[in-house]
Amino acid sequence: MALAAVCAFAADAQAAGPPDAADLEAELVCPVCETTLDQSDAPVALRMKAFIRERIAAGDTEREIKDALVSEFGRGVLATPPKSGFGLIAWLLPLGALVAGVIAVVLLVRRWSGRREPPAPPAPLDPDLERRVDEELARFER
Amino acid sequence: MAHRGRLVAQGVAVGLVALLFLLLVWSLVTEEGGDLAAAAARGERPEAPDFTLERLDREGELTLSTLRGKAVVLNAWASWCLPCKEEAPLLEQVWRENRSRGLVVVGLNSKDFRKDAQRFARRFDLTFPLVYDGPGDVAADRYGVTGFPETFVLDREGRVLEVFVGGVDADEDRARLRAAVDRALAT
Repeated sequence: MALAAVCAFAADAQAAGPPDAADLEAELVCPVCETTLDQSDAPVALRMKAFIRERIAAGDTEREIKDALVSEFGRGVLATPPKSGFGLIAWLLPLGALVAGVIAVVLLVRRWSGRREPPAPPAPLDPDLERRVDEELARFER
Repeated sequence: MAHRGRLVAQGVAVGLVALLFLLLVWSLVTEEGGDLAAAAARGERPEAPDFTLERLDREGELTLSTLRGKAVVLNAWASWCLPCKEEAPLLEQVWRENRSRGLVVVGLNSKDFRKDAQRFARRFDLTFPLVYDGPGDVAADRYGVTGFPETFVLDREGRVLEVFVGGVDADEDRARLRAAVDRALAT
């Protein structure tokens, strides 16, 4: 879980260089058609794409561009929830569920394997019955 | 013991499903938008959902309910919307003609950049109040606006008299808007 969380946060750390317009368009949602910008040719989506290019040319970081668009269109413009505050829950919840699932499977497997005891040896024959079987067999062989 | 635990788990699962179902029903029942146009068409005069939004034409905010006592033409628009450009001069004209009679035209700019909206207002010389609803929470969620423009005529008690879906550009629509404004002012 910690490794996955580190990987998720590392994506932000990589955004040190100039942001890529195509990447941003895949991470932002058109508020009218509610698909990502790279999938939309709606007028507002075209305007947002132009805005992204303007801001990249002006030297803004990925975070600054996203913040600017959130201040205009709200958090719904982000295709993925933010990795901070309340949005962090959306990232951690699946990881938590995965860990809980693994723990549950391990516990169940241990429980089931513990129940599987070696088969009990057959109960000894009643001595009287054993004697009668021997007699019958002896008679049959004669 | 194990049987009891299983029963509790099943009870929790059924409870969760029931809770989700109730939430779904609640969200459908409390959904305000969409029905306004149909209710107004039936002559029901539903109450216009209130809002407080930042203004684009000056500093500060505007709360719809503070306009009680005046008739209101609430126009949902965006600068990138072509029919909005065509009807903007009409809205300004209606505002100027009826302002002294107690009409307020409110431009509800939605799903737009603030600067684009302000540029639009300058281009069309709009002088009526403009409010900003960038995420569309008011236009889409409360008023059920699914496309731009959409215009709501409210009477002096804040009830929806008539809804115009799409641009008010044809002569017939213009006459209908003016008639709705007269009715709203007469309340």
